[in-house]
Amino acid sequence: MTKALILTVKDWWEEQDPPPEIEKVHLIVGQFTCVEPVSLQFAFDVQTRDTFLDGVKLEIAEKPLIAYCAHCQAEYRPEIGLQYACPTCGRPMEEIRSGRELKIDRIECRVPSAPS
Amino acid sequence: MHQTFDAVLEQNLLHANQDGADCNRAQFDAWGITCFNVMSSPGAGKTALLGATLAELSEAHRIAVIEGDMTTQLDADRLRRCGVPVIAINTGRSCHLDSKMVAGGIHQLSHETEPENLDIVFVENVGNLVCPAEFEVGEHAKVALLSVTEGEDKPLKYPVMFREADCLLVTKVDLAPYVDVDLDVIEANIRQINPNVCVIPISAKTKAGMETWLNWIRSRLRTAPVETPLAESPAAST
Repeated sequence: MTKALILTVKDWWEEQDPPPEIEKVHLIVGQFTCVEPVSLQFAFDVQTRDTFLDGVKLEIAEKPLIAYCAHCQAEYRPEIGLQYACPTCGRPMEEIRSGRELKIDRIECRVPSAPS
Repeated sequence: MHQTFDAVLEQNLLHANQDGADCNRAQFDAWGITCFNVMSSPGAGKTALLGATLAELSEAHRIAVIEGDMTTQLDADRLRRCGVPVIAINTGRSCHLDSKMVAGGIHQLSHETEPENLDIVFVENVGNLVCPAEFEVGEHAKVALLSVTEGEDKPLKYPVMFREADCLLVTKVDLAPYVDVDLDVIEANIRQINPNVCVIPISAKTKAGMETWLNWIRSRLRTAPVETPLAESPAAST
């Protein structure tokens, strides 16, 4: 996953003319994905050493798992690892409204200083 | 002080993998192949199940296997004994197959077989209940295995895999009486997360549940042969 992240940023970076100096990458990670933010942060720091992303900060915003129960016509927050069915009526988790996100939201770059 | 600017990307991290998976699927479609991505934790019985499945299906259907394994050829060798083409992909340190690795497998398949004559490709993923769930490889259906010896709570602990599966095989059911496991609890835990999945208790050893599984496969074939029309398939609990 770290590789996918680095390659996606790299593709974008190489398309820019001139490639800007990246300061921070903002990532959105849902809680109902296979990504553990702490591990991703660590792997990113290690794998970007001595690359164009060396020293770039990774900011991860987590999105909670929110499901929607069509029977109760209400959203609820399943307890990951314990309970996914609707807490009110006990029907299974059908619709996921949030928590599956895995995306690069935006990239913060430094404005090239004007030649003096 | 320096100034910064934001570039808004809103790009899915798995975008590149997804494109590759769509490409693989289009290739399978062009050859008339149905592809199943078989996933589970290590030791849940993927290879044993595939061995038993090949023995039953390879007379009526032409099948190949793309075998993902971190470092060895052990599983590939086991399945080659079933007499079908097996492409081994060593993933090295990667704990899952991605669409690029499988594209390599497809390429190899096109050299070693006549892929337009194949009906089914089983992709046996690396043993892992976490990452393979996020990386599509171009399959038409995802099959997840959970062995009774792993315990009833696994669907709750590894929900993404069980949410994504189209068919859930509860394997090694012949061992259920010895390990104090309640099959109804396993199924209830799965259904909390994925209410519409087809759940089939099965044993590659005793062949219990085998016919239901084979019927499920037949029902998913894109070019279903005349002798197994869709209407006759599966009696599985859905």
